[in-house]
Amino acid sequence: MATESNLAHNDQPNPGRRDFLYVATTAVGVVGVGAVAWPLINQMNPDASVLAMASTEFDLGSVEEGSSVTIKWRGSPVFVRHRTAAEIEEARAVPMGELKDPEEDQARVKEGHDQYLVMVALCTHLGCVPVGDSGEFGGWFCPCHGSEYDTSGRIRKGPAPKNLVVPPYQFLSDTVIQIG
Amino acid sequence: MSSHNSTYNPTNPVEKWLDDRLPLVRFGKEHLLDYPTPKNLNYWWTGGAILTFMLGVQIVTGIVLAMHYTPQIGLAFDSVEHIRRDINGGRIIQATHAVGASMFFAAVYLHIFRGLYFGSYKAPREILWILGVIIFLLMMATAFMGYVLPWGQMSFWAAAVITNIFAAIPVVGDPILQLLRGGFAVDNPTLNRFFSLHYLLPFIIAAVVGLHIWALHVPGNNNPIGVEVKSERDTVPFHPFYTMKDFFAIVVFCIPFAWFVFYAPDILGHPDNYIQANPLVTPPHIVPEWYFLPFYAILRAIDFNFILDSKLLGVIFFGGSILILFFLPWLDTSKVRSGTFRPAFKWFYWVFVANFILLTWYGAQTPDMKIIGSFTVADTSKLSVLYYFGYFIVILPLLGRFEKPRPLPNSISEAVLPASATH
Amino acid sequence: MIKITTILAAGLMALGLAVPAMAQEHETIHIERQPWSFGGIFGKYDEHQLQRGFQVFREVCASCHSARLMAFRNLSEEGGPGFSEEQVKALAAEYTVNDPEAEGGTRKALPSDRWPGTGQSDADLAAAFGMVPPDLSVMAKARSISSPFPQWVFNYFTTYSEGGPDYIHALLMGYEETPPEGVEVPEGKFYNHVFPGHAIGMPPPLADGQVAYAGEDGAAAPAEMLTAEQYSTDVSAFLMWMAEPHLNAQKAAGFRVLAFLIVFAVLMWFVKQRLWRKVH
Repeated sequence: MATESNLAHNDQPNPGRRDFLYVATTAVGVVGVGAVAWPLINQMNPDASVLAMASTEFDLGSVEEGSSVTIKWRGSPVFVRHRTAAEIEEARAVPMGELKDPEEDQARVKEGHDQYLVMVALCTHLGCVPVGDSGEFGGWFCPCHGSEYDTSGRIRKGPAPKNLVVPPYQFLSDTVIQIG
Repeated sequence: MSSHNSTYNPTNPVEKWLDDRLPLVRFGKEHLLDYPTPKNLNYWWTGGAILTFMLGVQIVTGIVLAMHYTPQIGLAFDSVEHIRRDINGGRIIQATHAVGASMFFAAVYLHIFRGLYFGSYKAPREILWILGVIIFLLMMATAFMGYVLPWGQMSFWAAAVITNIFAAIPVVGDPILQLLRGGFAVDNPTLNRFFSLHYLLPFIIAAVVGLHIWALHVPGNNNPIGVEVKSERDTVPFHPFYTMKDFFAIVVFCIPFAWFVFYAPDILGHPDNYIQANPLVTPPHIVPEWYFLPFYAILRAIDFNFILDSKLLGVIFFGGSILILFFLPWLDTSKVRSGTFRPAFKWFYWVFVANFILLTWYGAQTPDMKIIGSFTVADTSKLSVLYYFGYFIVILPLLGRFEKPRPLPNSISEAVLPASATH
Repeated sequence: MIKITTILAAGLMALGLAVPAMAQEHETIHIERQPWSFGGIFGKYDEHQLQRGFQVFREVCASCHSARLMAFRNLSEEGGPGFSEEQVKALAAEYTVNDPEAEGGTRKALPSDRWPGTGQSDADLAAAFGMVPPDLSVMAKARSISSPFPQWVFNYFTTYSEGGPDYIHALLMGYEETPPEGVEVPEGKFYNHVFPGHAIGMPPPLADGQVAYAGEDGAAAPAEMLTAEQYSTDVSAFLMWMAEPHLNAQKAAGFRVLAFLIVFAVLMWFVKQRLWRKVH
């Protein structure tokens, strides 16, 4: 066919130059597609109003010794417990061999602030909120499937695989913490 | 399908296996790559690719927006602001969708007016044309409902005024109005269903576009001289000639598109839509978006009673102005297809274009605005309505009979040979 | 080779596309355009102007007008007044917000909170002004000025989008103590020659010396800056930022996108030419 013969590739005066044009244009096109695709995917990432809630400050002064408070952080509940000396001692006396998820109590609190325990209040089994001051280990008991946590929030009995998660937090002052 | 036999010969076993079960590759090759296309198509023929691109853009940006939008009257306005302010890239994505609607209509008007000039609606492409008018109607419904979603003053009052049109229908008008609105006035039920339908309709448009392209591929493309393809010499394969030309046109089209999106995203809209909808306060000047203005002008121009009351009469003219397009293939009696060879037609056509733009302008003015002497918009727009309908009902049928067309070339190749290519 | 009819058609189409600007209100009131730093394709907010404007907004406007779409954290975000995060935290703490989860139902505001209400009830405000003063979050985009032909055509090429701040500034400066001959202003309203109908419920909010601008070192700003006109300009710019906080990034991205598209278009043009030369 007449048009087919017009498409013969070797009648270009400079085939190398032709190829460069096509390669360069394709490369520019690919960059364009990527530049368009990224924002369309990135829009699904947490938006500015969600990220603004990424950290929460809390004043520990309101938590009396021997009591717990549940606050919200990144949409999840967080236990803040002001432990008594007895609770701390009990936690420190547990041998590592007895723990499903061995962790020293000291590793779960901040130095100099051992009385404050901050943990994400979701059972590490399937995510239910455990009940405080219950269970045979003096800590928390999860009603869903019977997991029991001790006075350091570590798993002692039941199907949960890990200790209650300690979120990243820091003391901004003696009484104010910032979680996240 | 075209009289062209498929040259697809699957070589490797995987391709053969697929081809035996669902000939996708064969279909793609036949209709997108090898498809013989007249070699003299000019840039007015890139409209189809641009429109397909715009449909894709609107669907993608729309789906993204729908992830963050809340269709509830107390929350809708704020949710759109939330998209603009908080969502990563939200301002650009929202602006693309809003400006995109205008660009979509700009392209569709170019595409339609191309068809009107080159006689693309004539036999054997009547169904192609009719499917196109259906797509145009679906686009208008989609755009109308989409504009209501931000729930600004214009959103609300446009919904109120346009749904009111249905009340003009005798006997069943009011029940239909309540059915549409889901209540006695435009309210939350209206907003919710408009959101649902606004999401749905573009996919129906996509399906009709599929039929539209199918209906095109049966007879093949029209071309600027309106002389049908006689042999392979008149054509080139769609790829790479028209794929790359269309691609180029799309990139060029994106330049004004990006200009608006990044530098003036609200210039085509109305400031009143940044005021939250208030059913108790009508804005001083309700105006639809620019692409509806000509039809709005036609609706408003009929402000007199004649057998029927003016409201119903206006609605009939309003609907009629689009429905008349369905009959165009039969109203234009000329045996010559392309305006290129119809010297008398050309004049009437360009007057039609100018008149259409004038109608667009009228739609944005108040009816009492003075034009010439003491004649107002309300008066002179009637002349424009007369010409609009007269073009289809009187001029085109008569032109076919009395016009002396210029001699047609024998074929596309013959017309193109003197190296003055018009691509 | 482009036919004259094609050019004609393109021109007509451009004109047609330009029609929407005609849909503005028919104001015979002439409003001056101001030279905003954020106008045009290379426009950017002036950080210091936004800080001054914020001060005016806070000390004057916010007592009667809400701004519910602005969050405190926006004030430290890029492209805005440029306060530091500490400054914003301290600023937010000066305000109380409602919070059903807080003790007593209210607490000190955090940067993540939105600008709280005026503290006055709707009923009180309506009683004082005849209506509840409108929220200012997007006011700069909810207003515009009309442009006669051929200005409105040029607007598309100059990307004029500052009609809001132009109007607001003109309004704030448009008060007259005594209305012109023969014009009656109803009780409780004020004559403003820019406001449609000329009788506005808002009392003239700005006066010379009203807001004490200060430099970073704490020293007071020079007297030329402590005028009603300066306050008006600054707060209008601030309102534009509040309505369009991402303008800086948007226009910067626009430059990159358009540069890319032009380069790509040129490349595509050569590709297309190269291909089509084989035909014929």
